[in-house]
Parts: sequence; C-alpha cells; structure tokens
Amino acid sequence: MTDDRDIAVLGAGMHPWGKWGRNFVEYGLAAARAALADAGLTWPDVQYVAGADTIRNGYPGFIAGATFAQALGWSGARVSSAYAACASGAQAIANARAQILAGLCDVALVVGADAAPKGFFKPVGGDRPDDPDWLRFRLLGATNPIYFALAARRRMALHDATLDDFAAVKVKNARHGLANPNARYRKEVTAEDVAESAVVADPLRLLDICATSDGGAALVLSSVDFARRHGVADPVRVAALSTVTPTFPKTVIDLPDFATDSAMTVPPPDRPFRSALPHAAYEEAGIGPEDLSVAEVYDLSTALELDWYEDIGLCEPGGAEDLLRSGATTIGGRIPVNPSGGLASFGEAIPAQAIAQVCELTWQLRGRAEGRQVENARTGIAVNQGLFGHGSAIITTR
Amino acid sequence: MKERRPAVEGWFTDADGTTRLLGTRCSSCGTPYFPRNELACRNPGCTGPKDGSELAEYALSSRGTVWSYADARYKPPPPYVSPDPFVPYTIAAVELTEERIVVLGQTVPGVGVDDLEVGMEVELTTGTLYEDDEAEYTVWMWRPAR
Repeated sequence: MTDDRDIAVLGAGMHPWGKWGRNFVEYGLAAARAALADAGLTWPDVQYVAGADTIRNGYPGFIAGATFAQALGWSGARVSSAYAACASGAQAIANARAQILAGLCDVALVVGADAAPKGFFKPVGGDRPDDPDWLRFRLLGATNPIYFALAARRRMALHDATLDDFAAVKVKNARHGLANPNARYRKEVTAEDVAESAVVADPLRLLDICATSDGGAALVLSSVDFARRHGVADPVRVAALSTVTPTFPKTVIDLPDFATDSAMTVPPPDRPFRSALPHAAYEEAGIGPEDLSVAEVYDLSTALELDWYEDIGLCEPGGAEDLLRSGATTIGGRIPVNPSGGLASFGEAIPAQAIAQVCELTWQLRGRAEGRQVENARTGIAVNQGLFGHGSAIITTR
Repeated sequence: MKERRPAVEGWFTDADGTTRLLGTRCSSCGTPYFPRNELACRNPGCTGPKDGSELAEYALSSRGTVWSYADARYKPPPPYVSPDPFVPYTIAAVELTEERIVVLGQTVPGVGVDDLEVGMEVELTTGTLYEDDEAEYTVWMWRPAR
C-alpha cells in the first residue's frame, strides 16, 4: 500500500487520568486545547470535529462531537460522533481520517473523554430485558471481570500461564507508567502486592484488573500536504487503521454475550477476531509485526496483555509467557509493550482510551516520551477490543 | 413451598425432566442459535431465504465440556438480584458437544472453581437464581455430569 493513504498527526494532548469527579466535557476541552497547542494551530483552523461518545454522561455524551464543538465555541466546523464501546476513539479517528483522505478537509480534531462511575461498570439504567448487556447482569451476574477471568483461566489451561506471569505484566506496566504525567497510578507494584490484593474473579485479583477512570485525549490530524505547508516535514503518520468486525462463526466468548456462534456447520475462521484486527492493519500499511518498535495493547487485564502479544504477531500462540519473561516487552527490550503504563497505570476512560493510545505512539515516535522513551521508535501499533464486535488496530509510522 | 418461575421466559425448559436451552436452528444450513435468533440466519454462506422463515425453535443438547470458568467474589450491580448478604457464585463457559456453542451459565451452589477443570464434562440443570416473597426465580445452571 502506498503512503498516499497516510495522514499526519500534528498534535496530541491529554487531560490526566484520575478520579476527578468533574464533568467529562472539561477533560475533553483540556485535551483538545493541549492537542491544538501541540500542533501550533488554533480552534478556528479546525474544519472537522470527530467526537468519541460516552454513554454514561447523559445526552451530551451521546453527541460528543457537538458537545466539544460547543464547548470550544461554535465555529461552523463540521462534526461527527461515534460510539463503538472501547473502540469509540478509534472510530472517531477513522471518521476524521476518511474526511482528510477524501480531500473534504485539511485539519480535523478528534476528542474523547469520560467520567466513569465507581466500581463495576453496569448496564444503562431501567428495565431492559431485550438488551443483552442488561440480561447478562440479570441472568448470570456476568460482570466485565468475569469475562476477563474466563479468558485468563482459558490461557492458564491452554498455555500454562501462571499467576506469576499475570503479576509480572502488572509489575512491568506499573514501572512503565511511573514517569508518565498523564497516568493515574504512578507507583511501583511488586509481585507480592498483586498476590496480596483481593481475588475479584478467580483467577484474577484486584491488581490484575484495570480500574475505571476519568480522562480525556485529543488529536489534531491533517493531510500530509497540510503538515508540510505548516512546516512539519516529517510528521508522525497514521499509516493504517482497522476496525474490522469478526468473521462467522465467532467462537471465542466475549462480553456481553451469553454464547458464541456455533461451529457446527461452518469451521471457525483461521484468524479469530482479536488477531484479525491487527492483521488487516498490517496489510493496509504493508508492514508486519517484525517492523514494530513499540506497541500499545488493551490490557483490560494482565492476562489479556499476553493474549495480545500473540494476536499482534509478536510470537506464536502459547509463546507470550516466554516473551514476557525474556524482558522483550519491557522498555529496553526488543519490542516494548505499553510503555505508557497501559490500562494498568491509567484505568479505562472508554471513549478516550483508543485516542490516548495514539497520543502515546505519537510521543514515542517523536522521541519525546520522557522517562519512558522506547529507543529509536519508528513504527508503532495500538490495538483494542470492546463490546459487541468492536475493536481497532492503528499503525503509526515516522 | 414457593412457586417456581423461570427468571426469563422462553430461554430454557425442563418440562421432560432434562434442562435444555431453547434456541432456534436454521432449516437451510443447520446452524443452531442460542439465545434464540428469529430474525435471519447469520451464517453468511447460508443460501436460505434469510427472512426468519428458515429459523425454527430448537432445544439444544444439555451436555458439554468446560471451556473456562471464573467466580464472582463481589456483589455485582443491579439488575443482578443479590441475596443479602451477598453469596459468591461461579460461572462456567461450556462448549456444547453437539452444537459446538460455548454457553455461559452459573454452576449449581456448592460447585466452585476448585471443583472445575477445563475439559471436564458437565450437564445442565435448573437452579434458583433469586427469590422474593412470592416465588423462586429459576435459571439454567451447570453441574458435573452424572
């Protein structure tokens, strides 16, 4: 694939993750201003605003694009809002990218922000017996950590992963996040800390599972031509963006489903959903996992980070534990994973998270990720997966 | 004794003494579905009419092997109806041997993570999910195969 499908990342900005207890608009606005300042542009330069929706903050959350555009001051910019669960931010980026590549605009602003409730995520309120997300709580008590724990237990049975391996992921990511000013948790965690934390959903403990956070992230994207005219000759580029859906039959149980598809009449696909996402992005970018210098993966749980190593092709299925133990995925290793500190250090601010991943890749590829820089980072991937067959893989290059 | 009512209508039956999940099955390509799919067969390769007329009610088989399992040590938020005090429960993901569908279900009380293993044979039964002054509300549950 030629690089006439590239777009430039001119600016990246975040509001620090935490539990601040304020309105999500404030986080998005702060992130947007930071991204604009980073790009050396002002709000009136933006022709298109792509918002990533939060469904937990009332109607303004469902129309995040317009909410942020109004907060920045109506400017006549065109607008879109996207909801795709954990991949909402990636879809907002995809919307902006399509506008830029179609030549419909030069400069786009992508914003996602969330204010998350305490404790378990719960379904949207009211009696909703036709909503599978409501029913899984009602009929099963299947919280998100239950699904994470099912995947973790499966990994232990199939690939002999141990609780020590899971803890080692947390220890690594906590160390990576220490110097990240936008991370919520900036504290060393030991394997003993993980082992002593309460079991939430066996085999996973509290410190294996990502928290829910407040936060905001934004990107200023442009055509590569505009970037050059703007004086940025060698911008970080988005080279590929995949939001593929699963292929029938989907035989891996994911939240919020009660059951998988049946594999009785059609054999399962060669590439299960989570590996199909990055595969499509690699094809689009014309590169492979061997070209990566850094990866941000969606570590909803420590165990899930290990699954991602295989899904993005860093190793063969069953090889993730060895790869982790070798130190390859630690900063300083062959292919550092989650140098930002990952969800382990951030907690999840759903619509902001996929955007935050690209912010981190941008800073890494510029060589400006202070205290957590991956040496000579040239190519990065960010992957995530959310409810209802959503997910994304984004490749950035420089 | 309190009346026993299913916590959800039309998702399972134990009318003949064996608990079975109620789904649908495509008469054109044979693909079974649970929960019930009445809209259209979702197999992209199926050549049926895909207007729902190809889907007929189908009771799934009641045995399978454990794909994975986990437990809940903390009270989940509503709409889960929890006893007070909260009682931890275990959930198994089970691959039905015949239909090759992985289905989630709570395990019967007394069967916890220490009693389960990936690959072990289990079967369906009916158990109480929650109760109120009027009735016990039932749901499908997994137990070790007998």
